[in-house]
Amino acid sequence: MDLINDFRDKERILILKELIASKITKPINIMEICGGHTHSIMKFGLPDLLPKEINFIHGPGCPVCVMPRERIDIALKLASMPNTIFCVLGDMLKVPGSYESLIDLRAKGADVRALYTPLDVIDIALKNPEKNIIFFAIGFETTTPMSGVIIEKSIALNLKNLFFHINHVLVPPAVEAIMQDKNVRIDAFLGPSHVSVITGSSIYEPIAKKYKTPIAVSGFEPVDIMLSVLNIIEQINANTFEVYNEYHRVVSKEGNLKAKALVEKYFKPCDFEFRGLGVIANGGLCLKDEFTHLDASKVFDCKVQSKDESKACICGQILRGLAKPYDCKVFAKACTPKNPIGSCMVSSEGACAAYYKYYQDKA
Amino acid sequence: MKQITLAHGGGGEEMNALINEIFSIFENNVLKEANDAAILDDLAFSTDSFVLNPIFLKDVNIGKLAVCGSVNDVLMVGAKPLYLSLALILEEGFEIEKLKIILKSIKEECNKAGVKLVCGDTKVVPKNKGDEIYINTSCIGKSIQKINTKNIKSGCSILVSRDIGAHGCAVLVERNNLEANIKSDCKSLKDEVLALLNADISIKAMRDATRGGLSAVLNEWAKLSNLELLIYEEKIPVCDEVLGVCELFGYEPYELANEGTFILCVDKKDEQKALEILKQFNANAAIIGEITANKKARVVLENAYGAKRILEAPKGELLPRIC
Repeated sequence: MDLINDFRDKERILILKELIASKITKPINIMEICGGHTHSIMKFGLPDLLPKEINFIHGPGCPVCVMPRERIDIALKLASMPNTIFCVLGDMLKVPGSYESLIDLRAKGADVRALYTPLDVIDIALKNPEKNIIFFAIGFETTTPMSGVIIEKSIALNLKNLFFHINHVLVPPAVEAIMQDKNVRIDAFLGPSHVSVITGSSIYEPIAKKYKTPIAVSGFEPVDIMLSVLNIIEQINANTFEVYNEYHRVVSKEGNLKAKALVEKYFKPCDFEFRGLGVIANGGLCLKDEFTHLDASKVFDCKVQSKDESKACICGQILRGLAKPYDCKVFAKACTPKNPIGSCMVSSEGACAAYYKYYQDKA
Repeated sequence: MKQITLAHGGGGEEMNALINEIFSIFENNVLKEANDAAILDDLAFSTDSFVLNPIFLKDVNIGKLAVCGSVNDVLMVGAKPLYLSLALILEEGFEIEKLKIILKSIKEECNKAGVKLVCGDTKVVPKNKGDEIYINTSCIGKSIQKINTKNIKSGCSILVSRDIGAHGCAVLVERNNLEANIKSDCKSLKDEVLALLNADISIKAMRDATRGGLSAVLNEWAKLSNLELLIYEEKIPVCDEVLGVCELFGYEPYELANEGTFILCVDKKDEQKALEILKQFNANAAIIGEITANKKARVVLENAYGAKRILEAPKGELLPRIC
């Protein structure tokens, strides 16, 4: 099996297009939880292929988008400290804090490093024993085990100069927060498959049951997404509310037990303020008490004065599925990827960035 | 724009903004044409600086890159490259043995491209004030055909000389210690370009797809011509290794740098002839799209099953996806 081309195969896509069109009976709002799905839907032009009754709604599953400004400001404060190497993943570099971004800070001379492989922080810590290394740990269930691996290695190597700015968040509490909003109208979810590679498909079962909403754990290729949409339509037609594992080539029901154990060893649930959603009880993860000495927010001074979010930006509503990027007055005008106002435009996984990149002229 | 960031050197929108907002004090008719090299009477003149980390890739080093870059820029405006200058900025502590290897590559590549190295300069900066070695080259060539991007018009065809993204992918593989059988495409394009120039083909534009890749070139052409470019995604040649690395990092191959791949715009009537010539040098050459009559300065990508989307110009630094 070709894991890329088979899932982008023209014939299969066209067959699925016909099947979906023949089975849909009413308008359906599908929330794709993950920004990766938003981008796939746009990149592969799926709104052009699917019946107009299918309305994709972008959800809160982009770790960059949901990061409140205060946590970016804390990152900036940590990265500004003398004798510090601040390590960060991808787009977090570009997100504006109250006054500047990490990329601005780097241009001023701060040692801010964008990593592809988070494990590189171990090498950086070993090679720079006289400096403090701080890892900006972000992401949902997908990336948390990697932070666990780094912590485990750091402890095994007895590193005294490696600290963590932990910002890990959880999908199910964020989805629950959305479903409890009375204004929200969601008929089904596309579940991010990479989260379920770690957690298993079963994490969505309580939500599917409680809110009577079908959930398809879906891969990111067009055939994956169309198979998932087909299943959602079939479930809605049959009035069932199951978790469908479309990505069974990798995802099991119980997930990666070793990764889950590692997360449990070092992290505990905590309240987390999601941008646009407010504070969600047990929506995030923080280090367990016995690892406080590794927590940058406890070891260093992290007091910051953050500015309020721009009133013109409606990222909050977009993340709850109450508005589309086009509904925002500043979309593609004052707010562009070059001069982003909100994080949905900054992050390459953000809804606004996806709409801007692939579809801006269709507004 | 308050300070320079790495994005200003990326070949995408930020660099264009820098040129338009800050460098525009030098505005004149030659610069306005925004070709790869200046077209001056019967001469072409280009200059380029080269920074590469790491400076040695699998089969290519910064020296070869520095020759090919300026030579190809002169070729892209329809001129035969003749003379090259070479300026080196070396960091204190740089190993002489490495310098010898780089200079040997420069000599070999000059010979292949038929250019003569005629002047040069060397400076040394203190340790930690440079990145081992920076190279600047300038090239002068003699015009055969004056190829100017302002000649792009609707109805023309767009071709690519080979599969895209190999150089950018080779750098990613090297930087991240990945195992992938990929070589940079870095080469002088003299043979294929001279073959095109000597054939009876109406060439409207040529551009080597360096920083910013295919996407940057197409978007530049759309802007310069104020026309829509329609590109057929399934026709764009991308090798499996490049596609695999892009999937791993979350990049699009259209944005990866090339150092020996060029995009060609010709009259529709000449597209097959041009393709045949390109295929003599690389079997992956392809006709990938056309210039439409739609006066919207944008690039539209149509996929295999008929869905369309915008192909944006690259922006900012290429950053890998988070998850």
